[in-house]
Amino acid sequence: MGGLQSEARAGRRRSWILRHSAIVRVTHWINFLCLAVLLMSGLQIFNAHSALYWGQASDFPHPLLAMDARPDQQGALRGVTTVLGHDFDTTGVLGLSYVPGFGERERGFPAWATLPGMQWLAMGRRWHFFFAWIFIINGLVYLTSGLASGHFRRDLLPTGEQLRHIGGAIWDHLRLRFPKGEEARRYNVLQKLAYLAVVFLILPAIALAGMTMSPNLDSIAPQLVILFGGRQSARTIHFLLAAALVTFFLVHVLMVLLSGVWNNMRSMTSGWYRIEHTEDVDDRTT
Amino acid sequence: MTERLDRRGFGLRLTAGLASLLLSGCGDEVSERPWVRHLLDKAEDLNYWLQRQLLPHHALAREYDEADLSPQFRANGSTDPEDEDYRRLAANDFADWGLEVGGLVERPQRFSLADLRTLPSRTQITRHDCVEGWSCIGKWTGTPLAALLQRVGVRPEARFVMFHCADTISVDRYYESIGLGDAFHPQTILAYDMNGAPLSVAHGAPLRVRVERQLGYKMAKYVMAIELVESFSHIGRGHGGFWEDRGYEWYAGI
Repeated sequence: MGGLQSEARAGRRRSWILRHSAIVRVTHWINFLCLAVLLMSGLQIFNAHSALYWGQASDFPHPLLAMDARPDQQGALRGVTTVLGHDFDTTGVLGLSYVPGFGERERGFPAWATLPGMQWLAMGRRWHFFFAWIFIINGLVYLTSGLASGHFRRDLLPTGEQLRHIGGAIWDHLRLRFPKGEEARRYNVLQKLAYLAVVFLILPAIALAGMTMSPNLDSIAPQLVILFGGRQSARTIHFLLAAALVTFFLVHVLMVLLSGVWNNMRSMTSGWYRIEHTEDVDDRTT
Repeated sequence: MTERLDRRGFGLRLTAGLASLLLSGCGDEVSERPWVRHLLDKAEDLNYWLQRQLLPHHALAREYDEADLSPQFRANGSTDPEDEDYRRLAANDFADWGLEVGGLVERPQRFSLADLRTLPSRTQITRHDCVEGWSCIGKWTGTPLAALLQRVGVRPEARFVMFHCADTISVDRYYESIGLGDAFHPQTILAYDMNGAPLSVAHGAPLRVRVERQLGYKMAKYVMAIELVESFSHIGRGHGGFWEDRGYEWYAGI
């Protein structure tokens, strides 16, 4: 109780809430592990043919995105990334990069971003398909429990009032002002929309786009190929959705850091989240 | 409070541990450990089981239109075999070539190209998916493998169809194998024509396998002999194919 008293003397009051259920915490970290392995092994697989196309088949002269190494005017190799016909020099990272033990190598993504680090497609596929299963099973556990417990409806569905004030929420976020007190008990509207998009849109779509690349599944579910506009489109969409997830991850980590790293990390491991009550709330309750 | 403090860094420690596991080089070391490999293989077993048990065996791969044909169909793996026997056959436009069909069959037989062309044929425009990630659409004409197998008679103990090829990559002869289910699939053909012309050397002249619904490396080129076997553990390094011996899946449906 000593802690509470000293906190009260400083003119503030804290309370603790159990923010995340055990199942959310466990599936969150398993999902993080899966996505990390899937991303890195996915980049390994991408490197086996570091170009993306649209449609059923590969139009080799016209990739949407391509990474390769080409000699410059002096004959030195440069890494070149081509996006929609525009070339960018990405030497050292994309197209041409240093592989420990092998030297400068022509490869799409660099060794530090791929699993395994060296060019090893067969092993990249093993990692990818193993963790794809863990990801699917973990995701189904999360979805089933979220639906059964009312977690999605209660915690992720924005209220009408939240949606009406979305402009204010965006403005607050831009000024890095995060909800305090009672408002901090629930997710803000931008959080809710981001989580809903990841859980119900990006993750299911990336799994389906991945499955569309399987020639065997295509023979059984031709609708998948139609849905994604072709096998090469599916590969491109799979890649773009992975890029969207990386973007989400970066923003997510930034928000965790800015809105109280220890409080957030504690709530996603032990479940406990600390609410800082503002002074006027303090006056009302004491 | 102390319990909370102890838990406080757990997430970060977990993150740091995973990051160090994954970061450069470590991935290679971990990938080389046999137990990791065996564990990861479990998913491959599951994928194979699901594909064979739960999915219909005779679903057809999509067939496309002439308009969909790829203007540039990439040739991968061997594109111009240097093997002397093959060179000799190619120099004579494969007039001396013959497909030996043997192993666990009732009537071993040799088929010339002319023989194959008199057998029933099937033409299909299909998408070829390489394990590397690219796809090309081509038109293939050839003898359904089922028709050939019916002619020689498959003995009951046979379980796999092996394709022995003429090309050597680095030090090993190319070879492949498929199960009887795929061998009797209507779209599994021994193709001698591609896009309306005899198969070019780059694409496997005089004969290549088409196993639609699987990846390109299953579709062996430069086929010289077909052998029906009960097991392929004594052939090559025992995994059923050139790329399978190098860690790729035997059932290449994904």
